[in-house]
Amino acid sequence: MTTATPALSPRRYFGWSTDHKVIGVQYLVTSFFFFLVGGAMAGIIRTQLLAPDSTLVSAEAYNRLSTNHGSVMLFLWILPVLAGLGNYLVPLQIGARDMAFPRLNALSFWLLVPAGLLMLASFFVGAAEAGWTAYVPLSISGPDGQTLWAVSVILLGTSSMMGSINFVATIFTMRAEGLTFWRLPLFSWSMLATSILVLTATPVLTAGLALIAMDRLVGTLFFSVPAGGDPILWQNLFWFYSHPAVYIMVLPAMGAISEIFPVFARKPVFGYRMIAISSLAISLLGLTVWAHHMFTSGMDPRLRVPYMISTMIIAVPTGVKIFSWLATIWGGKIRLDTPMLFALGFISMFLIGGITGVFLAAIPVDLHVHDTYFVVAHLHFVLFGGSVSGAYAALYYWYPKITGRRFDERLGKVHFAANFIGTNLAYLPMFLAGLLGMPRRVVNYDPRFTELNQLASLGAFLLAVSVLPLLYNMIVSWVNGPKAGDNPWKAKTLEWQVSSPPPAHNFDQPPVVTEGPYDYGEAPAGSLKPSPAAAGD
Amino acid sequence: MTSHSIAHSDEFRAGRELSLDHRKLGMWLFLASEVMFFGGLIGTYLHYKATLPTPEAALLDTVLVGLNTFVLITSSLMVVLGLDAIQRGHRRGLITFLGLTALLGAIFLGGQVYEFISLAGHGVTLQSSVFGSSFYTLTGFHGLHVLIGVVWALVTLVKAARGTYSAQEHAGVEAFGLYWHFVDVVWIVLFTIIYLI
Repeated sequence: MTTATPALSPRRYFGWSTDHKVIGVQYLVTSFFFFLVGGAMAGIIRTQLLAPDSTLVSAEAYNRLSTNHGSVMLFLWILPVLAGLGNYLVPLQIGARDMAFPRLNALSFWLLVPAGLLMLASFFVGAAEAGWTAYVPLSISGPDGQTLWAVSVILLGTSSMMGSINFVATIFTMRAEGLTFWRLPLFSWSMLATSILVLTATPVLTAGLALIAMDRLVGTLFFSVPAGGDPILWQNLFWFYSHPAVYIMVLPAMGAISEIFPVFARKPVFGYRMIAISSLAISLLGLTVWAHHMFTSGMDPRLRVPYMISTMIIAVPTGVKIFSWLATIWGGKIRLDTPMLFALGFISMFLIGGITGVFLAAIPVDLHVHDTYFVVAHLHFVLFGGSVSGAYAALYYWYPKITGRRFDERLGKVHFAANFIGTNLAYLPMFLAGLLGMPRRVVNYDPRFTELNQLASLGAFLLAVSVLPLLYNMIVSWVNGPKAGDNPWKAKTLEWQVSSPPPAHNFDQPPVVTEGPYDYGEAPAGSLKPSPAAAGD
Repeated sequence: MTSHSIAHSDEFRAGRELSLDHRKLGMWLFLASEVMFFGGLIGTYLHYKATLPTPEAALLDTVLVGLNTFVLITSSLMVVLGLDAIQRGHRRGLITFLGLTALLGAIFLGGQVYEFISLAGHGVTLQSSVFGSSFYTLTGFHGLHVLIGVVWALVTLVKAARGTYSAQEHAGVEAFGLYWHFVDVVWIVLFTIIYLI
């Protein structure tokens, strides 16, 4: 198959292309750039917090940094890195030549670039400083950059919605013959569930941001308190998107590690259907929990209990996934390569983030720790320990597919160790600081929190250093790494049955799928052709 | 209704087994997200309607807007007749009915502009009160959708005149029709919420 493939020029990555694989890589590289930008902001924040009375940055600059650190990391790193993985993998996993709407796909990516630059450019006119939550009336009165921030997030949301229309249409209409929904790889399942959630939740944020932009630009009174405007309304509109956004940011990572466990344990996935259904369940339940962010806001207290209950119920499908993953690797022939290490790291750290989420759903606990560092620790364990670990696992796992090269396994393990230690060192002390009463979003703090903050900063610096072996490994291995072969992990999903990297048109023949994606040790390997090469055990 | 796919990688389509055209599905998904967008704006309007005094609401001209509603619903009928014409291969019929759709859409917009001007004459503006802000924003975003629809109708008309559509291939007309009917249905909801209750 490789012999028939004409050499693909690396220049294709630097311009307009409708090839989903090129767009996928463009997403991955661009989002990683923004990850470094958001990480640099975090670095300044953690340096400031090394001492309780530090004057490295002003209070104003601190607010701008923390607002944009959050916004960049969520909207310009985690969302697009997962969209990039989806772009690269979904058509390959379902045996299609491309996405259903290739030009729309390119447009989704090219909307990301100006939107990201707009958010960064806002620092020249006074960046947003109302927090990534943009609570009104603070976000109405803030500097001009707040308007640019709102426009940027509207554009990023639009990009995300266009991508989601594409994913759903692709998965529904372009699956290869024999690839029924119960043979759909779990990563593609997770992209389907995520996309449904994006299409439901994002437009509500868009509407809310439009109202903020109009209040700022044309003088409407939606959030003007003297005229009767209601700040809690914004919180409802905001969290209706931004709570599901957490699932939007973690479901594809869960999908990725669901691919990794069976491959590195050489066993079929345990509870394949339950993992797929639990993704959909998280999507649907995720739409019913948003007001748990608002227990202290002055919302109707009678509504607290229903939101507490719906939030706690989400732990059930999440638990189904975690037990299914553990049962998948139970008794398997486990190989601890870098992707597997990150996937295992995902389980342990996401579990901490998830379980503290259940604590926070409990009304009395939330009233106690609301707006403290406990919440900061919780969300970073979910999003950094969870989503980012999952993204790392996916990057290593599919690196040979994308580049055709092997990465350096030792550097990968160094990255994992630094990342795992750094994450726990950075965020575990925040739980303690929060329980002891340290508020979030403060530029200076009570000296009794000094040691905990220094530990957290140490962890953050370790995380910053941990990116170096990753970057070095990814770049140097792409140029100089040993050839990986088409299927180095001996995986069974469709994307591994074509050459690495795949030819521009993905499949020479329309594939016909005759078995499930994870039938390790059961059926003959390879689902592309009836006479497979040995691709498994 | 036949839907024939001319897109790339035709042989790969699971959609054919589900008799699902990816363009129509894409349109439905887009409209679903639009429902949520208007949902956010409608929720905002209703929230303020329920919690704040709105003396300006008495100034709304239900008769004028009722007529305008009739105009918009009639335009949806024109789209249906146009689609029916091209399905039977009558290109001229499609062109005529698309022209009527655009005309009725333009009349609706004219009525809306007239309504806005007379309300502004009574001092109700975007900046006059929370009611003014939410009224103009909600109806204005809908009006913007009608305007986009009118342009789309004219583009579809030009393509029809150039012979793009036939009895077998008219997914473009169907996609436009879905959008237009959606804009119409949203208006029926808005008319009920703003003018009738």
